[in-house]
Amino acid sequence: MMGGIIDGAQAHLEIILLVVASWLVLGAAGIVVMKRLAFVSKVLFPIGGVAGVALMVVAASSLFAQSQVAILPVGLPGLAFHLRLDALSAFFLTVIGGAAAGVSWFAAGYFRKGEGTPPGLLCLQYHLFLASMVLVVLADDAYAFMVMWETMALSSFFLVTTNHRIAEIRRAGYLYLLIAHIGALAILMCFGVLQANTGDYTFANMRVQEVSPFWAAIAFGLAVVGFGAKAGMVPLHVWLPEAHPAAPSPVSALMSGVMLKTAIYGMLRVMFDLLHVQAWWWGVVLLTLGIVSALFGVVFSAVQTDMKRLLAYSSIENIGLLITGMGLAILFKAYGMSSLSALALTAVLYHVLSHAFFKSLLFVATGSVLHATGERNLGRLGGLIRCMPWVAWPALVGILAGAGLPPLGGFVPEWLLLQGFLFTPGLPNPFLNMLIPVLAASIVLIAALAAYVMVKFFGVIFLGRPREEKLAQAQDAHMFERIGMGWLVVGCVMLGLLPAHIIQLIDPVTHQLVGQGLGASANSVSWWLLAPMSVARASYSPLLFLLGVAACFGFAFVLVRRLYHGRVRRAAPWDCGFPWRNARMQDTAEGFGQPIRQIFEPFFRIRRQLPTPFDERPRYRVTADDHFWHWLYLPVAYAVERVARLVGLLQQGRIATYLLYSFVTLIVMLALVSV
Amino acid sequence: MSAYGIASQLLEVVIALLAAPLLSGWVNQCRAWLQNKTAPSVWQLYRMLRKLFHKESVVALNASPIFRATPYIVFGCMTLASAIIPTLSTELPLAPAADAIALVGLFAIARVFISLAAMDTGTAFGTFGARREMLMGFLAEPALLMTLFTASLITQSTSLTTIINTLAHRDLTIYPSLAFAGIAFVMVSLAENARIPVDNPSTHLELTMIHEALILEYSGRHLALMEWAASLKLFAYSCIGLAIFFPWGLTEMHSPVALLLAVPTLLLKLAAGGAALALIETFSAKMRIFRVPEFLATAFLLGVIGMLVFLLLGS
Amino acid sequence: MPEVISQTINLFASVLLIVAFAMLSQRRILSLIHLFTLQGVALVASTALVGYVTRQPHLYFSAALTFLLKVIVIPFLLHRLINRLNVKWDTETLINIPALMLIGIVLVIFAFNLALPISKFSTSIARGTLGIALACVLLSLMMMITRSKAIPQVIGFLSMENALFFAATSAVYGMPMVVELGIALDVLIGILILGVFLFQIREQFDSLDIAHLERLKED
Repeated sequence: MMGGIIDGAQAHLEIILLVVASWLVLGAAGIVVMKRLAFVSKVLFPIGGVAGVALMVVAASSLFAQSQVAILPVGLPGLAFHLRLDALSAFFLTVIGGAAAGVSWFAAGYFRKGEGTPPGLLCLQYHLFLASMVLVVLADDAYAFMVMWETMALSSFFLVTTNHRIAEIRRAGYLYLLIAHIGALAILMCFGVLQANTGDYTFANMRVQEVSPFWAAIAFGLAVVGFGAKAGMVPLHVWLPEAHPAAPSPVSALMSGVMLKTAIYGMLRVMFDLLHVQAWWWGVVLLTLGIVSALFGVVFSAVQTDMKRLLAYSSIENIGLLITGMGLAILFKAYGMSSLSALALTAVLYHVLSHAFFKSLLFVATGSVLHATGERNLGRLGGLIRCMPWVAWPALVGILAGAGLPPLGGFVPEWLLLQGFLFTPGLPNPFLNMLIPVLAASIVLIAALAAYVMVKFFGVIFLGRPREEKLAQAQDAHMFERIGMGWLVVGCVMLGLLPAHIIQLIDPVTHQLVGQGLGASANSVSWWLLAPMSVARASYSPLLFLLGVAACFGFAFVLVRRLYHGRVRRAAPWDCGFPWRNARMQDTAEGFGQPIRQIFEPFFRIRRQLPTPFDERPRYRVTADDHFWHWLYLPVAYAVERVARLVGLLQQGRIATYLLYSFVTLIVMLALVSV
Repeated sequence: MSAYGIASQLLEVVIALLAAPLLSGWVNQCRAWLQNKTAPSVWQLYRMLRKLFHKESVVALNASPIFRATPYIVFGCMTLASAIIPTLSTELPLAPAADAIALVGLFAIARVFISLAAMDTGTAFGTFGARREMLMGFLAEPALLMTLFTASLITQSTSLTTIINTLAHRDLTIYPSLAFAGIAFVMVSLAENARIPVDNPSTHLELTMIHEALILEYSGRHLALMEWAASLKLFAYSCIGLAIFFPWGLTEMHSPVALLLAVPTLLLKLAAGGAALALIETFSAKMRIFRVPEFLATAFLLGVIGMLVFLLLGS
Repeated sequence: MPEVISQTINLFASVLLIVAFAMLSQRRILSLIHLFTLQGVALVASTALVGYVTRQPHLYFSAALTFLLKVIVIPFLLHRLINRLNVKWDTETLINIPALMLIGIVLVIFAFNLALPISKFSTSIARGTLGIALACVLLSLMMMITRSKAIPQVIGFLSMENALFFAATSAVYGMPMVVELGIALDVLIGILILGVFLFQIREQFDSLDIAHLERLKED
């Protein structure tokens, strides 16, 4: 396997490595000009964004090329990095490049003075983070993968703790690092199982090993835990709602939009590429975990009052949907229905792409709001559409895509996934057959709840009247921020309007993973109509859809103007004639989430403090916490603490005692050796 | 795309736009008769629309463009919805644009924009209404989709025209699963169209109102479009119900005469449906707002059971 | 023709299931009695239909008996009971209703899966109905568990008996006449005894809340 170059067409991989190198150079340049914020933000970050576009274009074009391999002579002697660019990694590189471009441009306008870490260092961490994600996706042996995976975790940890003077942020970063390492441990063990005692840790070797079903199941379980921890799957999700709000917004955007996807990449790589045989119950496990994560995420995100936490929980929901889709794909593949498996996988990959764009967009929008107002708390925002239109309108596109509404990018994957559920042509297992409609129903429920969350997010931040005085002076986004958001908006819209083309990009990936694809049938009728099976069974045309709504809109508008008039009078809102109005009478973020909190009460650990009738200054306080802290994490933490205390008994403080320990150990060792 | 297809498409949209206020007027009339009241004329809604279009629009001082665009967006969504639901013929050029799932998405867009517009003015009633509307939506949309999915499972398609063609052309078969779907659908329609057990269309300023709270700040032509869109929504829902549960009477012949003959059939079916709606409204009492999620959850779960029953019985 | 008839029987089965779900989610005692009557009507119709298809005249007889007992006599007795006890008000369920419905769906899936292997070997006209009947039994039991008042529990018990009767007619074309008569008599006597029992409870505790029965246990 040390051959290296297989065929001549190495151009794609080389350009991609060039992009990685350019990011590293930009990072190094940042160190050189440590304190010069203007240079770092106005020159280095935009160049990084251009490199991202290059990555996206090259990776997308390499989707249709042969897979390419290379060996990088870095690392330990005899353990070079094996790299491989195949359809699966090319697709994820496209996602990374596309989202990173928009976020980098936004970041150029975002980073300001006095934010803990000096700008040059930030630039290094940021670009190292990007480069490590690319190399994770390219890695073709466990060694390179793990090194890059850890680099990714560490660089993002430093980025999360940019404002390290705040204790809360340090705590969030620590939690993130802890869970990331538990996950990395599981991944390492998973690779250990996959190499099947050959001692060869290249993926090429793992692909040809025939692992027994038992060990395959173990590898599957380890992969689920390891990658699930990174993806934020319930119950390994606790770091996510802490780390994302703590990080600067462009970093949260990258973490949520892109980094979580590397975990999805890892799952796909292990379950479909490295393992050959899938058992049907793996699908059930993933379906259950996915649905639980999605429902949990969306319900929690509905009750949040911090805008970035809200988005973080919404990411858990989306990851849940992705895992559900993967479970469905495995289920179909295990029963030999590859075309349906390809349908489900297409939905997963499409959602990866669309989530990368809309979630990045929403996170960077919160960044602009945060900079302009200094508030993350939804209860102190409101009415920003009037002073920040350049943030509000992109955010509107983002929430419409996030709510899964046609004709934007979030709708297509949901549509495909539901088609997959509906056309399950009788799985051989009757129990599963009965389960499928229930799962389809849950998916629909989750999608509808996502719309609730998105309306809350946009309505409370941007609409209504400012809940604080200072909001009226909020500054709109700067030039680079606008460019970054504009790029992401274009992505969301394109993903929505041209599904048949996007599916062409996904086609090689599903061909690689399950041997089938939707590419040929997706636009068999015409380029603007998406019909995965046939027009008679199901079809969807976002362009026609948009044209229909726009035409009705236009006709109504013109006719009303023509036939009647366009007179408008501006006046104070009527509000049923109630004269004393102030901004505090609007529904708050808490209030907006209250029905969800009531309906899904068992999901939360709710603590209420009610005022007594005699309170001078009555206060009502309610917190809705996560059960998992109390059921899973705190008991584990207490157990660890108790063990640590027992170990602490050994500590005496006298050197003689410590020497005694060493002496006894030595004796025991020698005795063991002699036996 | 034949000339016949375009003609039937246009005719459908025109009929929907013209007949939708008539249907609402008819329901109001039937309800008044059933309650021993003097009934308003069936043309009352047309008069109101005319009056509103002539009046000037008052827009709240702090309202953003979203507020002013929403009536047109909602109206556009509802018009498109009634264009893709087969009411007269199953040959519609627009039908491939959106299947059952996208149709529900279309209703969702309208709902999201109405809620955003209600939050836009920053009044207590508006934000309250928006919250309630989204609350209803997150339960009603899945319930509607479950109903449509039951029909999809029977016909192996999510395309509305295929569903209705298949259901209309079957031999005499009884689908018990459709019974569940039918009950769920009636419950959802009542909730979605602000009808009595859930909302009261004839009162304002009730603490439990939903639909009226959302459009409280609208006036003039904006209000007219909103009201028209509301009656189009009722029309669209009635047509979905009639098309799935009573799919007969649509024309299949490619002749203009047959197309025109389908119109009276449709109107007759709608009249019967409207009378049934008035009957339901008369018999039931308005429920507390806290009971509404329960009501809709029941509808949703009935839809799910419909699908399960289909899988068990195979019919 | 048998195709349509078996579908009609399936439809009646579905009506039974719908009614069972409606009972599960119903708070008002009066509506519960109406639903119970409706269930009886569906049962009568399906029994008569099975009798017609299989040409077993004794099923007509049992349909008539069911009609008399479950559509006329028992609802009448129940109406009289609630009038005299004056308990028409709503009763809250012990678990909230959407959760109850979710549990109901789980029970339905469970019952369908349980019945699937049996109905595969069945040759009777409506094979799927066994699963539905089983689901109805479980749902009625569920309803009895989640009510705190005595009368809804009695109705749950009666509806469970309905479901069992339906299983008997649709799956094995009815039971011997003697058994049927016996069951009918049992149910009738049962309802009378329960009526008396309810009066006794109320006299003892001034309430029909079953929670009070906990006080009867010896410590």
